[in-house]
Amino acid sequence: MAAIKVHGSPLSTNTLRVLAAVYEKELDHEFVLVDKSAGEHKKEHFLSTHNPFGQVPAFEDGDLKLFESRAITRYIACEYADKGTQLIYQDSKKMAITSVWMEVEGQQYEQIAAKLAWELVYKPLLLGMSADKAIVEENEPKLAKVLDIYESRLAQSKYLGGDCFTLADLHHLPTLHYLFGTQVKKLFDSRPHVSAWIADITARPAWLKALAALQSQQ
Amino acid sequence: MAAIKVHGNPLSTASMRVLATVYEKEIDHEFVFVDMRAGEQKKEHFLSLNPFGQLPALEDGDLKLFESRAINKYIACEYADKGTQLIYQDSKMMAITSVWMEVEAQQYDPAASKLGWELAIKPLLGMSTDTAVVEENEAKLAKVLDVYESRLAQSKHLGGDCFTLADLHHLPTLHYLFGTQVKKLFDSRPHVSVWVADITARPAWLKVLALQSQQ
Repeated sequence: MAAIKVHGSPLSTNTLRVLAAVYEKELDHEFVLVDKSAGEHKKEHFLSTHNPFGQVPAFEDGDLKLFESRAITRYIACEYADKGTQLIYQDSKKMAITSVWMEVEGQQYEQIAAKLAWELVYKPLLLGMSADKAIVEENEPKLAKVLDIYESRLAQSKYLGGDCFTLADLHHLPTLHYLFGTQVKKLFDSRPHVSAWIADITARPAWLKALAALQSQQ
Repeated sequence: MAAIKVHGNPLSTASMRVLATVYEKEIDHEFVFVDMRAGEQKKEHFLSLNPFGQLPALEDGDLKLFESRAINKYIACEYADKGTQLIYQDSKMMAITSVWMEVEAQQYDPAASKLGWELAIKPLLGMSTDTAVVEENEAKLAKVLDVYESRLAQSKHLGGDCFTLADLHHLPTLHYLFGTQVKKLFDSRPHVSVWVADITARPAWLKVLALQSQQ
């Protein structure tokens, strides 16, 4: 039995974020399916053992239990620095810049992208409801402004943190994947450096394996 | 001239988050005041430090950083040997601290910031509070604080035994919320209460507040 377990659910962007890192680092692991449709993530066992906020994913490495996808990926990147892809920099100043763009993803990009994904992907898919147009109209321009900054950044730098692919790029993959099936795709396509960056990071073999692994659980 | 410059405003929660770290680490620095009322953070000069036009920004020699939590992580690592230890060197202890740093950013701050805006800042600007937003976010914050209450029943600080960035990052919004009706959500949870009293009494934090009262 693998020391590493990822507890997650299909369609969960946060689960995908962790799986992407696990595959980049080529880590032996076991995937434990959390049945959200049965409310498993809100039951006492899951709350007390894995994540008191009742969300996926959760992570185990031997006795260590973690939650919050971005804390899990950071742990993986540091603990297994010598395996697979380098996902962080060892140099403190390069790491500081990568950290900045990791916070940008978590604080500036994700909240807007997640709202749009909810309206345009999850509501129709899971609830059979149509998107709230007002919310979409409010958030598309906000995302556009964020992407203008990404466009400038990626004109100077191949990846968000610098020359190399790091967690700063990886963390975007899950919501990007869902938004690309919607009208929001045009916001990315119309920005050439952003477009090239997306084409590059979404073609990574580890990402394709993570997607396939999670989809096979559905 | 100090190698480290903090560009910010003592009233900005994110600026306070960085100043708290700078004071905990006892680092020589220059504080460069950014006039929010004059919209200085949206002007070209500041945008070259932070393209999102938000406070704070940090310079350490040639290195330019923004996003308060990224700045703090850099300071905590780069100056690990100075002042208070704000992160753990042990990777598993650091992983747990990381979890609660993400909890602050992803679970606590969204509700806390909205409440701070509605109840503390808007009145100062002569704007009226949206009671629906307040009700919705008080309920969300209460649920988050229930989780904190359980955590702090097992652990003196959020990351473990020691005060770390996981605790520090809460200080600025706590400060604003304590001047509002939201204070009751903290007071009614004994372990949370004790934790708040402990971290808000830290000398480094009191220095940040002293800077505010000079404005």
